[in-house]
Amino acid sequence: MSEKVVIGLEVHCQLTSLKTKLFCSCPSNYRGREPNTLVCPTCLGLPGSLPVLNQKALEYGLMVALALNCKIPKRTMFFRKNYFYPDMAKNFQISMFDRAGGAPLGYDGYVTLAVGGTQKLVRIRRVHLEEDPGRLVYPGTIDTAPYTLVDYNRHGVALVEVVTEPDFESPKEARAFLQKLRSILEHLGVFDGGLEGAMRCDANISIAGGARVEVKNIGSFKDVERALTFEIMRQKQLLAKKVAVVRETRHWDGERRITVSLRTKEEEYDYRYFPEPDLVPVEITEEMLDQIKARLPELPDARQKRFVSQYGLPGYDAMVLTSDKALADFFEKAVAAYGKPKVVSNWLMSDVLRCLNEYNLEIWESKLTPEHLVEMLKLIDEGVISGKIAKNILWDMVSSGKSPKQIVEERGLTRIADEEYLRKLVDEVFKENPKAVEDALSDEKAIHFLVGQLMKKTRGRADPQLANKIIREKLASK
Amino acid sequence: MRVLVLGEERSRIKLIDEETVRHVAWLARLEVLDDEVEGFVEQFNRILDYFRKLDEAETEDVEPTFHVLNLVNVFREDEPFPPISPQEALKNAPKSERGFFKAPKMV
Repeated sequence: MSEKVVIGLEVHCQLTSLKTKLFCSCPSNYRGREPNTLVCPTCLGLPGSLPVLNQKALEYGLMVALALNCKIPKRTMFFRKNYFYPDMAKNFQISMFDRAGGAPLGYDGYVTLAVGGTQKLVRIRRVHLEEDPGRLVYPGTIDTAPYTLVDYNRHGVALVEVVTEPDFESPKEARAFLQKLRSILEHLGVFDGGLEGAMRCDANISIAGGARVEVKNIGSFKDVERALTFEIMRQKQLLAKKVAVVRETRHWDGERRITVSLRTKEEEYDYRYFPEPDLVPVEITEEMLDQIKARLPELPDARQKRFVSQYGLPGYDAMVLTSDKALADFFEKAVAAYGKPKVVSNWLMSDVLRCLNEYNLEIWESKLTPEHLVEMLKLIDEGVISGKIAKNILWDMVSSGKSPKQIVEERGLTRIADEEYLRKLVDEVFKENPKAVEDALSDEKAIHFLVGQLMKKTRGRADPQLANKIIREKLASK
Repeated sequence: MRVLVLGEERSRIKLIDEETVRHVAWLARLEVLDDEVEGFVEQFNRILDYFRKLDEAETEDVEPTFHVLNLVNVFREDEPFPPISPQEALKNAPKSERGFFKAPKMV
């Protein structure tokens, strides 16, 4: 990795907490709806219709800009970005523009990112509001479809676009940023990243001295790492062959996991922005900003610090837990019911996350509840199950949503603390392992081996303290 | 797109040439026939002459105007209003299929 990689991101996030679109009163919850059932003359761009700005969308946009430490202009307005493509019914998109008298909602901001043990500052170039385009459906595949079908339900849904400076040096950093951005937006309560397509991004990538390539159509933060890794590999291979990287726009094909050249003409970038005459300018007063600032909730960075001070968690635990709002909420609910923050954190950070990872689920998608986790921890405390068995039933709790008590009963996993029964089993273990018994008289390790054999016989259910006691007594009597 | 030439010389320079007319037509997805181009070059330049006239006005201390109305901050509550029916929505569409608008193949 000698060549330096430079990556910048343009992220589009739907303000999913809004009830209506950006410029009209059509409901914005378009998911799973029949095509063209959430449209009106305004979002269809019919003659005579007029857009009116959704006040809540402006507030949410400003919240995002403030949360990303941006400067806020005193005045802004919307522009028409002209292009011909059927995903926009009007042949232009209402957006914001930072020239010709325009200003984005926020500019010159930053986000801190934990990268390899240090804090990295990622600069935010701008934050602005714009309309989401409609959805295009290609009968068959995109290459072979004879025509395009258009559904305008999504058209006009409020997007907040966040543009970073080219401050990322690896796909991992880019992904970490998206994760952090998602956590910030979810803490603000303006966004639900669990919804399909709620966060999409374009990336600019170049390798030391090479041309800048734009990759569009990256649909999730899981995909961003894949798309960037592919693109970097592609550019490196070209450089190795001494072939120049061409400045171009490429399309991420998530199915085939490659980027494809779009071969677009340069003219298409001539968007001829001009102020949207149907909308009046927006003045952002100090009063407006003060009200919004007063309502800003606790954000991930502050929550992370509080997790350290209030719960005494290590900084790393606090960082991981607050990187996902649902996970942080889960943790706090469990701690409220159970106490012992470090115990809860350890379970979440190791076994729960490992299990979710394995099932490819996020915590809110899984059937695990804080109540069930607490119940499981109490079963361990009460000696009903061992830690080992708890680790085992956790998988079932995550996938089936059954309570730990129910699982333990169904599978007969309660701990065996019946001394008489265990003594009988220990007799068997001694008979089967005469050599180990011999060794155990002088070697501690062999005692562990005998305890292990007993655990094996009971599938981990023997009470470990009792097992130890019985085995040592039996050895002492020899 | 040709860059506007500033200074005294600009009144003698043709700002729009044939190439620009064809480019603007392409951006607007309009077909311009070869024998029409020259006429548009002439008309475009005449339009820009009007703006040259405007440029003569002294605007040094005048705030730029981007909007004819002296209004700011016109908002709408985030309250949903029933959309129109899909039948109505598709009424003006030249072609439709299964509730979708049908458009030419892109890319």
